[in-house]
Amino acid sequence: MSAGTEKIDVTVTDIVKLNDLVTRFKFERSDGGQLPTFSGGAHTVVEMQDDGITRLNPYSLMSDPMDQSAYTISVRRDDEGRGGSLFMHNRVKTGDRMVISYPVNLFSLDLRARKHLMIAGGIGITPFLAQIKQLDRLSGRFELHYACRSAALGSYVDELTANHPNAVHVYYDDQKQAIDLQRLLTGQPLGTHVYVCGPKGMIEWVRKTSAALGWPEEAVHYEEFLAPQSGKPFQVRLAKSGITVDVGEHESLLEAIERAGIDAPYLCRGGACGQCETDVIESDGTFVHRDHWLEDEDRASGCKIMPCVSRFEGRTLVLDR
Amino acid sequence: MTIQFNDETFRDDYTFHNSDWAIRRFPFPFHEDSYMYSVNMEQHRGGPAGSVYEKRFDVDEHYVSEMKDRAIVLAEDPLRCQSLPHMTLAGWDLLELIMVSKSEDYPDLFELHRDGNDWRWINRPLGIDDRFTFLDEATLPYGPMEYITRQTQGDFAVLDQRDENLWMDAGMVTTQADWSLDFDIGMNFFEWHAPVPLAHEMGIFKRALKFLLNVQQGNPARRLNWTMTVNPLLDTSPENYHKWGIQKTTLTPENIGSKQHLRVELQTFFRLPRSNALVFPIRCYMIALQDVVTVPKWGRRLHRVLRDVPVELATYKGFIGNRPLIVDYLSQFDDGLPTSDGIWPDLDTEPPLRKG
Ligand code: HEM
Ligand code: FES
Repeated sequence: MSAGTEKIDVTVTDIVKLNDLVTRFKFERSDGGQLPTFSGGAHTVVEMQDDGITRLNPYSLMSDPMDQSAYTISVRRDDEGRGGSLFMHNRVKTGDRMVISYPVNLFSLDLRARKHLMIAGGIGITPFLAQIKQLDRLSGRFELHYACRSAALGSYVDELTANHPNAVHVYYDDQKQAIDLQRLLTGQPLGTHVYVCGPKGMIEWVRKTSAALGWPEEAVHYEEFLAPQSGKPFQVRLAKSGITVDVGEHESLLEAIERAGIDAPYLCRGGACGQCETDVIESDGTFVHRDHWLEDEDRASGCKIMPCVSRFEGRTLVLDR
Repeated sequence: MTIQFNDETFRDDYTFHNSDWAIRRFPFPFHEDSYMYSVNMEQHRGGPAGSVYEKRFDVDEHYVSEMKDRAIVLAEDPLRCQSLPHMTLAGWDLLELIMVSKSEDYPDLFELHRDGNDWRWINRPLGIDDRFTFLDEATLPYGPMEYITRQTQGDFAVLDQRDENLWMDAGMVTTQADWSLDFDIGMNFFEWHAPVPLAHEMGIFKRALKFLLNVQQGNPARRLNWTMTVNPLLDTSPENYHKWGIQKTTLTPENIGSKQHLRVELQTFFRLPRSNALVFPIRCYMIALQDVVTVPKWGRRLHRVLRDVPVELATYKGFIGNRPLIVDYLSQFDDGLPTSDGIWPDLDTEPPLRKG
């Protein structure tokens, strides 16, 4: 997530348990207004207040991009994960207020494609649900190959096969059905783009196989979530101003400095313009540089930081500000 | 505020002029007494009341006449407006963005009524009242991008985002500072910027592109760019260089104050929601030197900036030949006093010009 990404206050208006693993959540704007439209493949970052910890998890929007009355997401319970999905499953109730981000799309359709070949594994089906709704409207041509563990865990299989009997192909692991990727990729018309969303292994498999078959990289798309750009809280000493500021997990270093009443320079707030560049006087810890401005030498020297996007993890940080 | 629209021309007899209101709100592009390329981008979240930053799409006294000029250019050269087939959805996105923004920001001038996909658009200044079906091209007289940009000041480049780059795959370009959509169509960010001197070496485009790829819905950005134009000619295109290039040789010390214009582009960047494309509106504002110098701070500063700007920039921007004349003229309005930081006129706090 970039600095300054817009947030939306929403209310959870519906929760539907689809199967043992997956639950669907519906969000509507708390102020009753319309949500922004989005493009198929976009995600929203959901903020969860979990006993003093704020969790930020990205989830693909699966509802119709044209529908501005509500967004829906599907969350797969991950018992080993860091807890965001468990929070959604166990703690969130209908009527709860939550904060989500504006849609961000890092997995958009290439609208030049003559045909969209979609490969989904498990919960990786969600971005395709929105993309298919978008393509329906644009009369775009697509074909979906969807692998799930079992019929019982096949989220949205019925809806997909009923609406698109000729374009949707489902494979159940427990019935030893598998996508014949080699054949699938060789049989495609010129101008086809392939999209994959699913477990890491599946993404690797599709990328490797397509590369080996000579598919151009630009025609192979995979979902990739940017790690949410919050981080651990830390403390910073501002030498010139003579104060110490706590930087919360949710604000940027620049925001914390501003909150302390210090007029620090900035322009883009996105790590590109160089305006906020600040000298480091002392540090004991690790910098988390997220800007596009500093040269590698600057980073290696540990003498500069761009407070609009970058953070710090460690004991001491003293800035010349 | 209701705007009085000028009846004026940007060609032939050049009756274009700025009112006092337009002069005071002119987007003067220099925040200090010198200029060099930089990654000068900031969030586009409004600005002081009455300034060109206040609204998402600024409408001013030149609106109606600029739209007439655009229609003339398009009639002579339809290739000024192009949209590759995959960009139609982005065109609808742009139409929606502009109609929603203008009807909210200027309710006395524009109205948008939506009932599902049945839309009605009223544009009072241009006398338009159209009903159409959103996302159905057959219900509009032009494609969606062309339809709305024939009614909106400024050029528009609509960029497809893919493969970690931006591609100029659609646009409406009739008020450009000497570049051509027909030449740039289909190019990527680095390709269309190839002619710009110094900035590549400074790493500006690499950083700017990273920033642009990350411009998100609901969080637009903006920057200013500038050049110099002789006569208030909007269409300084390479296609017509044979017509306007020669006008640069008509400057004299007597006519320079009225003929030589500072040309400023307010460039904004919006993520388009349905297509995930990026739109780059390039809004052109022009002001005669004799009007610039009515703001003492601007007169002092413009003299210093144009005198000192690197030769490469003055050459690229096309005023190297006239620079001595321009600097000579402006020197009358620079008494050497210091200037305040920032672009605003500061009429109440900056001293008047000291004569002699
Ligand atoms: C995606 C949006 C953008 C588009 C479509 C665009 C397009 C252009 C074009 C067509 C030119 C003229 C090149 C020629 O001589 O043929 C130009 C010039 C230039 N662009 Fe961009 N540009 C964009 C964004 C930016 C950004 C973000 C920067 C940031 C620093 C930038 C910096 C420049 C500079 C410094 C010049 C030279 C201008 C002058 O000296 O007058 N551009 N741009
Ligand atoms: S404000 Fe632009 S790099 Fe930090």
